[in-house]
Amino acid sequence: MGDALNQKENQEQTFRTIEISVFRYNPYSKHSKPRFETYSLSETPSMTLYIALSKIWATMDHHVSFDFVCRAGICGSCAMVINGKPRLACKTRTEEFLDGKITLMPLPTFKHIKDLQVDTGSWMNAMSQKVESWIHTKEKTDISKIEKRVEPDVAQAVFELDRCIECGICLASCSTRIMRESFIGAVGLSRVARFAIDPHDERTDADYYELVGDDDGIFGCMSLMGCEDHCPKELPLQTKIAYMRRKLVSQAIKS
Amino acid sequence: MKIIYTDALIVGGGLAGLRSAIAVRDKGLETIVLSMVPVKRSHSAAAQGGMQASLGNATKGEGDNEDVHFADTVKGSDWGCDQEVARMFVTTAPKAIRELASWGVPWTRIKKGDREVIINGQKETITERDEAHGLINARDFGGTKKWRTCYTADATGHTMLYAVANEALKRNIEIRDRKEAISIIHEGDRCLGVVVRDLISGELCAYVAKGTMIATGGYGRIYKQSTNAIICKGIGTAMALQTGIVQLGNMEAVQFHPTPIVPSGILLTEGCRGDGGVLRDKDGYRFMPDYEPEKKELASRDVVSRRMVEHIRKGKGVSSPYGDHLWLDISILGREHIEKNLRDIQDISITFNGIDPADEGSKGWMPVLPMQHYSMGGIRVKPTGESTTMRGLFSAGEAACWDLHGFNRLGGNSVSEAVVAGMIVGEYFADYCKNTHLQSHTETIQNALEGQYEYLKTILTYNGSHNIFAIKEQMRNVMQEKVGIFRNGKDLNEAVVELEILLKQTREITVNDKSMGNNPELNEAYRVPMMLKLALCVAKGALERTESRGAHYREDFPKRDDANWLKRTIATWQNHEDTVPTLSYEEISIDTMELPPAFRGYGRKDALIPHPFTQNRETQIEKLKEQMGDVDRFEIQEALMPFELPNGYKDKNERIGEKNG
Repeated sequence: MGDALNQKENQEQTFRTIEISVFRYNPYSKHSKPRFETYSLSETPSMTLYIALSKIWATMDHHVSFDFVCRAGICGSCAMVINGKPRLACKTRTEEFLDGKITLMPLPTFKHIKDLQVDTGSWMNAMSQKVESWIHTKEKTDISKIEKRVEPDVAQAVFELDRCIECGICLASCSTRIMRESFIGAVGLSRVARFAIDPHDERTDADYYELVGDDDGIFGCMSLMGCEDHCPKELPLQTKIAYMRRKLVSQAIKS
Repeated sequence: MKIIYTDALIVGGGLAGLRSAIAVRDKGLETIVLSMVPVKRSHSAAAQGGMQASLGNATKGEGDNEDVHFADTVKGSDWGCDQEVARMFVTTAPKAIRELASWGVPWTRIKKGDREVIINGQKETITERDEAHGLINARDFGGTKKWRTCYTADATGHTMLYAVANEALKRNIEIRDRKEAISIIHEGDRCLGVVVRDLISGELCAYVAKGTMIATGGYGRIYKQSTNAIICKGIGTAMALQTGIVQLGNMEAVQFHPTPIVPSGILLTEGCRGDGGVLRDKDGYRFMPDYEPEKKELASRDVVSRRMVEHIRKGKGVSSPYGDHLWLDISILGREHIEKNLRDIQDISITFNGIDPADEGSKGWMPVLPMQHYSMGGIRVKPTGESTTMRGLFSAGEAACWDLHGFNRLGGNSVSEAVVAGMIVGEYFADYCKNTHLQSHTETIQNALEGQYEYLKTILTYNGSHNIFAIKEQMRNVMQEKVGIFRNGKDLNEAVVELEILLKQTREITVNDKSMGNNPELNEAYRVPMMLKLALCVAKGALERTESRGAHYREDFPKRDDANWLKRTIATWQNHEDTVPTLSYEEISIDTMELPPAFRGYGRKDALIPHPFTQNRETQIEKLKEQMGDVDRFEIQEALMPFELPNGYKDKNERIGEKNG
C-alpha cells in the first residue's frame, strides 16, 4: 500500500507542465481586442484538449469561450486550429505535442463568435438547403407496409458518406473555400454524392448539375485534397468528389 | 426587449423536437425550433447501437411483433411504466423506422444466406431467409426476447438525426441555434411561451406561441461520471419545475449504463455485448453467466450494472489510477466485424485509451465501469404529451415522463422513443396549436421578460465567497457517491442536506465578469441552481422510495414492493425560496394493466413483495381470453387495454410471413 502511494506521488511529480495559448477576442464587445492568452497547467495521463480547456475554464479563467458537446468525436462541435492544423479538439491528446506548447485558434472560413467559437450551424443549414440534402421522390410511402428493399452493399456505401459530422474541418482545409466564400466544399459535394448513390432518391445527373454544376460546386475544387487529409471521420472525399465530377462533366457535355 | 410570436414553439432540436416540428409543420402551422447548439450536434447523435422496432425481418427476430416488444418494455421498466403509453409506442415504432428508411437513413440491410455470429461466446452460423434479403437488419440487445434493434453500424443516432434534421430543413422549419430557454412564461396554469437567452449576444427575448414543447433531453450532467453530452444539464426540465405548477415524474429513476469506457466516460454501445462481446474480471474470467444464467451479459442495464459493481465489491475488479474497473472484450468478434459494425467504438478506444479492441486476447480488452447514462424521469405528461398540470405545455423524448420506461429503459428504446414521441405527441401538439387562439397577455409577457433580466442582473451583483464551479463539482460528487447505483437511507439523507446547502450557496457567489453578453461564467451561475433543484428531486425521491425497482436500488430495502410502491413519484417546487421539492404520488392501477406485475426473468428472483390485486387481474385476464375464444391477438389486446393513436399510427404493421400483418 505504502509503495503504491509512493509510486503515485512519484508519478504526480513527473507530470510535465504544458502551455496552452488560446486566441481571445469577442467581436461583439467594443472593448475587446484580439490577443492570445497563455495558460500553464499540469498534464494528466490521457489528457485531451477537452479536459485541458475544461480545467482552464473551471479553475483558471471563467471567461474563455469554446464549444464542446459530445466530447467523443462524433458531434463535430469542437473543430479548431490546433498548432496550425484544423482538428477536433476532443480527440486531440496533449501528449502528442512533444514540446508541451499548444496554440489554439478558431476555425477559419466561419463567422467568428468569440474566442474559439465559430458559427457552423447557419452555414451548414444553408449548405444543406442549397444541395437539397434530403430524399427526392414521387413515391408515397405507406409506413405500415414492408419497407423498400435495398441491397446491403448499397446501404453500406450510403452509410459511409452519411458519416459526415459537419464539423467544418474540410472547409477550413480548403484553398478554394478560403478564396471563394460561396464554395460548398467537400462537405457539400460529398453530400450530393451521398444522395446520388441512394436508391431512394430519384434525382438525375441533370438535377445535380443544376444544383452544383458550377464553380461554387463541383468545378470549384482544385483537387488539393486538404479536406481528405484532415477529415476526422476519414471519409473518402477525394474519390467521391472525382466521382461526382465525372458524372457532371458528362452531363455538361450532354446538355 | 423583443417579443416573437409563432404558432408552435419547440425548445430542443434533437430527434424528439425535430420530429415534432415536422408533424406540426405538416399541418400548416408556423413552427420555430430553438436549440442551444446547432441541431445536428444534439445528444441524439450520440446514440450508437440502435433503435428497437419489431420488424421481425432477421432470422433471430422471426416471430417478433408488438406484443413481444410490449412485454420486454414493461418487464424492463420493472412494471413502473404506463402500459398504455408502451402500447402506443410499440405500435408506432415499426412505422417510425420505415418512415426514416424512406427519408434515407441507411439502415444496415439483410443479406440472404449464411452468416457467422457470436452467441454466448461461441461461433454459430445463422441463415437469413431469401424473402428477407434487402430488408432492415437487427442485432441483439439487453432485455429483449428477439433480435429487434435496427442499426446503422454504431452511428445510428447520427444517421437518424441527420435525416430528420434535413427533413425539417426541407420544410423550411425555422431553426434558431445558440438560443437557451431559461424560463417559462405562464399565466396561471396556461403556458404562453418562454424567455430565451441568445448565447452569442446575451440578449433576452420572449417567444410566445399557441403551444410550447420542451424536448431538451436528460439531466445526466448532475452526476460526476456520465456518458451524456456536456449540454445535458436538464435546463428545460428545471425551468418547467420552477413554474411551481408543472410536475416532474420519477426523477429518482436514473439509468447507469454498464459499459462506458474508463476514465473518460464515453459510451461503448450495448451493441458490443449484443453482437457477442463479453465482460471479464481481473482474472480474465467471464463472470456474468454466474449471476444471470439466462440472459448473461444481456440482462437489462440496471441488472448488469449492479452485478458488475457487486463483482467489483468481491475484489474482482481491475485496479487502476481511476479506481477499479472491469473489462469489455469484443476481440472475440473478429477484426472484420468490428471494423464494419463497431468502428466508432474502435475509434473511441484507440483515440482515448490507445487500445485497439480488435487486437486478439487481453491486449484488446477495454476498461469499463457503470456510469450515469439516461434519465427515465422528466416532465410529467399525459399520453398526449401535454403536461398534467399546465395547459399548452407539451414535452417529448428524454425530457418527458409520459412514462414509457418506468424505472429502467431498455437499450434501443431511447432514439426509438424520441422519434415515436415526435410522431405521436407532435400530432397532439399540432392539434392543440390549431385549436387554440394566440392570446396576447402583453403584461404577463413583459413582466416575465423583465423578471429574467432583473434576475440575471441580480446574479451579477452577488458578492459572496463561493465559486459556482466549485459548487457544481460538489453537487456532481454528492450525486455520484450518495445517489448512485447502490443507495441507502443514510447516504441519501446526507445527500439531500448537502445539496440544500449547495443550493443556498449559489446565491453566495461572485461573478467576476459583469457582462450580460456572451459570458460563460454567467451561464454557469444561472444553470447550476437549476441543476441543483433537479439533483434534489432525484435525491429526495430516492430517499422517500423505500423499495428497489429497476435502476433505483436501495440496499436497505432490496425488494420491489408492489404492495406499497406501485406508484409514480411526483415532484413540484412549490415556492421560490424552498430548498427541497414537494413530493406526492400517483397510483399505478393494476386493474387496467395488460400485463400484471411479475418476475422480470432476470435479476433476483426472491426480491418481490406482490400486490394483493395482482392475482385478481391475472384471473380476470385468463377468463377474458377464455371467453373470447379463437380470435386474433389484436382483438384480445383491444379487450384487455384499449388505447388510441392519431394519424393512422394504429394501422397494423405488415411483416414478412405474418398473416395478420
